[in-house]
Amino acid sequence: MKFTEEHEWLRIEDDVVVVGITEHASTQLGDVVFVELPEAGSTVSKDDEICVIESVKAASDILAPLDGEIVEVNEALEDNPSLVNDDPLGEAWFFKMKVEDLSSMDDMMDEAAYKDFIG
Amino acid sequence: MADLKRTGLYDLHVELGAKMVPFAGYEMPVQYPLGVMKEHLHCRAQAGLFDVSHMGQVILRAKSGDLNDAVLALEALVPVALVELKENHQRYAFFTNDQGGILDDLMVAKREDHLCLVVNAACKDEDIAHLRANLSDTCDIDVIEDRALLALQGPAAEKVMARFVPLTQGMRFMEVSTFESPFGELWISRSGYTGEDGFEISVPNKTVVDFAHSLMSEEEVEFIGLGARDSLRLEAGLCLYGHDIDTTTSPIEADLLWAIQKARRPGGARQGGFPGEDRIFGDLAEGIARKRIGLRPEGRAPMREGTVLYASVDADTPIGTVTSGGFGPTVEGPVAMGYVSIAHANTGNTIYGEVRGKRLPATVTAMPFRPSTYKR
Repeated sequence: MKFTEEHEWLRIEDDVVVVGITEHASTQLGDVVFVELPEAGSTVSKDDEICVIESVKAASDILAPLDGEIVEVNEALEDNPSLVNDDPLGEAWFFKMKVEDLSSMDDMMDEAAYKDFIG
Repeated sequence: MADLKRTGLYDLHVELGAKMVPFAGYEMPVQYPLGVMKEHLHCRAQAGLFDVSHMGQVILRAKSGDLNDAVLALEALVPVALVELKENHQRYAFFTNDQGGILDDLMVAKREDHLCLVVNAACKDEDIAHLRANLSDTCDIDVIEDRALLALQGPAAEKVMARFVPLTQGMRFMEVSTFESPFGELWISRSGYTGEDGFEISVPNKTVVDFAHSLMSEEEVEFIGLGARDSLRLEAGLCLYGHDIDTTTSPIEADLLWAIQKARRPGGARQGGFPGEDRIFGDLAEGIARKRIGLRPEGRAPMREGTVLYASVDADTPIGTVTSGGFGPTVEGPVAMGYVSIAHANTGNTIYGEVRGKRLPATVTAMPFRPSTYKR
């Protein structure tokens, strides 16, 4: 599993990249009450704001971690946003994307580096 | 956090793992480890304990010794009838300015020989200066510095409070009373700002830590932070000063006419005689251009403070703005309040809030969003 400085995790599953937010991020956000997901089939560029997460406190964005195409989104989050707090690394994945060049993930943090990053 | 004040419970909040934030010049707990959502739901289901010691407590006594002189003096600053207020009761009030706007909202309790005011933390210095500037000739103004203020709110508040002060069980909404207790003299009112039954308790600083420990040791009680305090009062349709009401909003625009009793309205026994009378009576006689309303956004996206409101998906001109908005854990959806032009203020109207560039529908809704459970 890889991590970004935006507190996303990425996992390769059957040649697509599954993306969610870290437990640290979900704790910082507080209780999530609303999630807006991108359209499946849309093409995104790295750092595009493609999801919105609203907690009881504030709204924040999820940026596309890589260039690619969104192939599937987790609609369960729209009906049950609290999944993001309950199981951020598992059930609460946000989207799956097809990425041309998976080697671009090599530079991302591994778990140990991310733990250092969040202190 | 330099220069920020702390309440007597600061160390306890930190010990409990609260996240402390600057609020109105104080370091206050915004949430505890339970989190905003669970704290909110706990308060509605059991009992929530709030540290509201940052609020100002002020005692007014007439120099003449006659309580009625203090009552009449304060009536000159608020459009609220205090003469008719019964002893050992309190009433919601607001200081108005000469333009008919609101300087602060407050509670006024009438006790045996004095009035006791509770004012907002963010306004208390200005409020005290305002009282001194206007009432010093007739009243002694005593700012209470040696007392803390707690609120115990929720359906279990009555039985929890009765374990400490049995006689509180007989109190009704907006009644106030003084009780001797092992924690010293307690000034208790049956009131709060959550839409729940409950109490606000003024307790000496020197015993507040013991008292808070005792209350939180009761199984029904959890400490609740400012985050859930905000969502609770929003669901209850209650105004937050500086957001939903301020120096530019008249009480009529703010839909607070209910708090201006007949005696102070045109034709009343003591009509007018408060700052901004012309504007406020003008608003009453001629109608208002905008009004505070409740909003239930469709879907789940919250419409937060500052969200611009429109009459339709493609209208060019805004009709108003959201002044408080978020997610209501008890109503299980987003709730908001704001001001809209009067033509769009009817309950049931659909209007649109622009959220991240999209116009999302919302229904103008009567408040409270969730029925209040005051013990009347």
